[in-house]
This record gives sequence, structure tokens and C-alpha cells, in this order.
Amino acid sequence: MLRYTFKRLLSLIISLAIASLVIFAVIEVAPGDPASFMLGINAAEDTLAALRAELGLDQPKWQRYLAWVGGMLQGDFGTSYQYRTPVSEMIADRLWVSLPLALYALALSTLIAFPAGIYAASRRGKAGDVSVMGATQVGVAIPNFWFAMMLVLIFAINLRWFSAGGFAGWDKGFVAAMKSLTLPAIALALPQAAILARVMRSSLLDVLDEDFMRTARAKGLSRGAALRRHGLRNAMIPVLTILGLQLSFLLAGGIIIEQVFYLPGLGRLIFQSISARDLIVVESVTMLLVFAVITVNFLVDLAYAAVDPRLRARA
Amino acid sequence: MNRTLILGGGLSALMVIAALLSFVWTPFDHSAMNIPEKLQTPNGTHWFGTDHFGRDLFSMIMVGARTSIAVACVAVGIGIGLGVPLGLWAAARQGGWVDEVIMRGNDLIFAFPSLVIAILITAIFGAGAINAIIAIGIFNIPVFARVTRGGALPLWAREFILAARVAGKGPARISVEHILPNIANLLIVQATIQFSLGILAEAALSYVGLGAQPPTPSWGRMLADAQTLVSIAPHMALVPGFAIILTVLGLNLLGDGLRDALDPKLRVARV
Repeated sequence: MLRYTFKRLLSLIISLAIASLVIFAVIEVAPGDPASFMLGINAAEDTLAALRAELGLDQPKWQRYLAWVGGMLQGDFGTSYQYRTPVSEMIADRLWVSLPLALYALALSTLIAFPAGIYAASRRGKAGDVSVMGATQVGVAIPNFWFAMMLVLIFAINLRWFSAGGFAGWDKGFVAAMKSLTLPAIALALPQAAILARVMRSSLLDVLDEDFMRTARAKGLSRGAALRRHGLRNAMIPVLTILGLQLSFLLAGGIIIEQVFYLPGLGRLIFQSISARDLIVVESVTMLLVFAVITVNFLVDLAYAAVDPRLRARA
Repeated sequence: MNRTLILGGGLSALMVIAALLSFVWTPFDHSAMNIPEKLQTPNGTHWFGTDHFGRDLFSMIMVGARTSIAVACVAVGIGIGLGVPLGLWAAARQGGWVDEVIMRGNDLIFAFPSLVIAILITAIFGAGAINAIIAIGIFNIPVFARVTRGGALPLWAREFILAARVAGKGPARISVEHILPNIANLLIVQATIQFSLGILAEAALSYVGLGAQPPTPSWGRMLADAQTLVSIAPHMALVPGFAIILTVLGLNLLGDGLRDALDPKLRVARV
């Protein structure tokens, strides 16, 4: 287990190092000088040079890369060109919207998908299964931003149950804040739930064919009890992988939904920073999202190896 | 023939026909503004109604299908063109450093949040159909590399491959002449799935203004136009929305149907 952990940790570090290089390189070749963007086209050459020096843009590229990575390792994500505030503070503010939104959506998607997937698997080939699977096909095909517009039309404009956009803020109380995240979370959760239900069903179907399921039934467990005690536990591994992936996807994937609902989350931060050429913010937020994905995958892998010794042996 | 295949094939064919037909005929000029007839709901003259400039939505949907199909097609092409050779190469050198590098590279691309990177690429290098294609295409490469490698690995252990090696064929020739034809099913099914994801991604990018630029019509931008008017003219949002949903649904059903038709035992990784 220790050897396996060490190997996976090493590959985690290499992945992160390469990812940081790629992000830095992509953003560095971007046309558009942040300094001239901030000062406008009429800025004098010496003012530009002064600002570049202040932002550290006049240093060689490799030095800036090392400074950026070194800073991040110490929790310093740099200073926004545009607002002159530490990027880490901006990220922390936005995470208070994006992370609850992602968790909220994940919870909703799990609540819908688990019963739907389990029901479909237990009715394999019958009308119930076919209709659940048909519904998931449609769910996967719906663009979440379009679904968001429909939710706004029905629940905000016609029924007036929710506001059409914006974030109440946590200082207005938990209920008010969660209420303003509800429509976005539903919009995000629907396609995710459709995918998750399909994975749940197919994973459960694989397990139901196993010999130990027959044994469980033979020793006198009812269908439902066998499904709960032996089927579900064994079906959870692929489901957990998808859940892990979905959490990291939802953190980043809210980017368009945040636009639809004018939520001040990480996605909108990236959007605003890209259009303002606030590259240091773009770099750091992207790196943070990649870090989240890679780390979640790493933890999921470790969790499997801890549960299933066969995986350790293979590595 | 199964029903899934017929339904999926029918829906997909409908979109392709609409796109092709739009080159020679549309009920109205898709870009012609006609303010007196603006915001009409679907009726006998304007089958899908009109938008806030009085443009005919049916014609715009037809021409928009061209954009969606073209972007998704080229993006899938990039994925196949680069991903399949990489996957074949990795499988031929299974366990070697080439395999290791290609697969770790794949993992790395998977770790990037695709939509964020697509937005980054289009925002930095300019919004437009070409950059949208590249941004979507990059994320198709690891998908095809992985499917190809996964399909090719068990084949390398088979006797007909051994026979080809004994006959003196090198790994490259075996990959092209023997492995590729045997995994074609797998690739066709994966291609339909990636095609549908490409259409969704194109719509999302156009929606935020980073996809195809005016005057090229696109379904995503029609939705963006509809957003502020959704309370007074819901049909402007419903029409492009249904076009996207039916196309993506059709392609997914086509993929499922093809998988069953080509090989019942076939399992394609679809998430």
C-alpha cells in the first residue's frame, strides 16, 4: 500500500508540474499586453514600462513561471492586475459561491440518480427500465444553460417562486442564500443525474450477474435485501469514480450557469478576468481547478486501493 | 434493425438534410430583417415564428444546423486523426515508455476542465468557429486514443496477429491492416457520441459569444438572443433548444443503435 501510494503521489506531482507549465505557456503566448490593456491605447511608453515593471512583466518568462509556482506552493496566488488585491482572496470569496453550488448540485443529482438507477436495474428490460433509460437519454441531450433559461421562465418569471438571478449572499441567512442557488443547482444537476443514473444502472446490472448474488438469494435473502446488502456495495466503485469526476466538473462546469444566473462564482471570475486580460487570475484559477480534478482522482484511486487489494497488486 | 437505430438515424438524418438543403433552399432569407413581422409565434407563414428582428426562425435553424454539424464534424475529425494513431502506437508498444507517455498525456488532458480551457482558447485567440473547433477537438484526442488502445490491446494477444508477425509484418503495418479494421465498430460508435458532445459544446460556446460570429447563424447564439426576451417570446428559446436536444438525442440513439447492430458484445466507454 505504501509503495502504491508513493507511486501515485509521484505521478500526481509530475502531472501538476506539467499542467502548470501548459497553463503558463498557453496564457503567455496570448496576444494582448495586460499593461497596455489596463492603461488604454493612448498610454505613454514610459508609463507602460513602469506598470510592466510594477507587475513584474518585464522579467524573463522562466523567472515569472518560477515565481508563480513558488508563490502558489506557499498559498500566494499572486496579485490581480486589475484590482490589485491578492488572487487568493478573490478565489476564497468566489469559492463560497461555487463550492456550495457544486455540492448542492451533486446532492440533488445523487438524490435523483440513485433511486432512478437502482429502480431501472431492478426492473431490467421491463417498462420501468425502458422509461427511466429513455428519460436519461433526453436528460443527457439537454444543454444545461437552456434548461436554466426554462427554469427561470417557469419558476422565476411566471410563478415568481425564485429570483431570476444574482446571489443573496451568506450574510442574508442560509435559507436566502440556498434559495438563490436552487435554480442554478437544479440546472447543473439534471444532466449530471442522467449520466449518474446510467452508470448506477449498468454497474448494478454487472454485479447482479455475479455468483455471490445468487448465493445471497440462495441463503434466503429477499431480492431487495440482497440488492441492498451485496449488490449496492459492490456496484459503488464505478459510481464513486463518476461522483468524484462530477464534483470537479461541477466546480468548473458552473461557468456557463453562473453566467446565466449572474452568480459571483469562480466561473464568472474566470470570464471577467479573461476579458480584462487579468492573466494572473486566469492562470491561478485554472490551475486551482486542474489541481482539484487531479487531486480528487488521486484520492479516489487511493480509496479504491485501500478497499480492493487487487488494484494494489496491479500497479 | 432495431427501433433505437431507426429513431436515432432518422433524427440525425433530418438535421443533416436540413443543413444540406439550406445551401439551396430556405423558406426565407435567414438574415433578412423584417421588423413589422417581429416576434411572431409559429404560424402558417413562419413555421417556427420570427425573432426580434423579424427573421424567420425556421430558416435560421436550417442554416444553424450547418454550423453545428461543421464544427462537430471537424472536431471529431481532429480527435480521430490524432487520437487513433496515438492509441494504435501505444497499444503496439504496450507497457513500454511510449505507451506510458501517451497514456499519462491523456490523463493530463482529461484533468483540464474542458469547458474552461475551450473558453480560454477562444477568448485568448479570438472568438470564432475555427478556434471553437480546435478547443473542442483537443479534448476529443484522448477519448479516441483511449478507446483505440483499449480495443487494440486484446487483439494483440490474438492468434491472427501472431500469424501476421510470423509473416514478417511490422507493428505499424499490423496496426493499420489488422487492428484498425477490427476496432472500426468501436470507433464509429464513439464518433457519434463525441459528435453529439461537440454539438453541445459548440452551442455552449456560441451561447457565451465565443463560437461562430455573426452573421453566421448558430443555435447557441439564437439562445443567447432569446435570453432577454424569454418572458415575451418564449418560442425564441424553445425552437433552438428543441433543435439542439433532438439532434443530440438522435446522435446518442444512433450511437446506441449502431453499437447493438454492429456487435452486441461491444462495450464502449460512455460517460
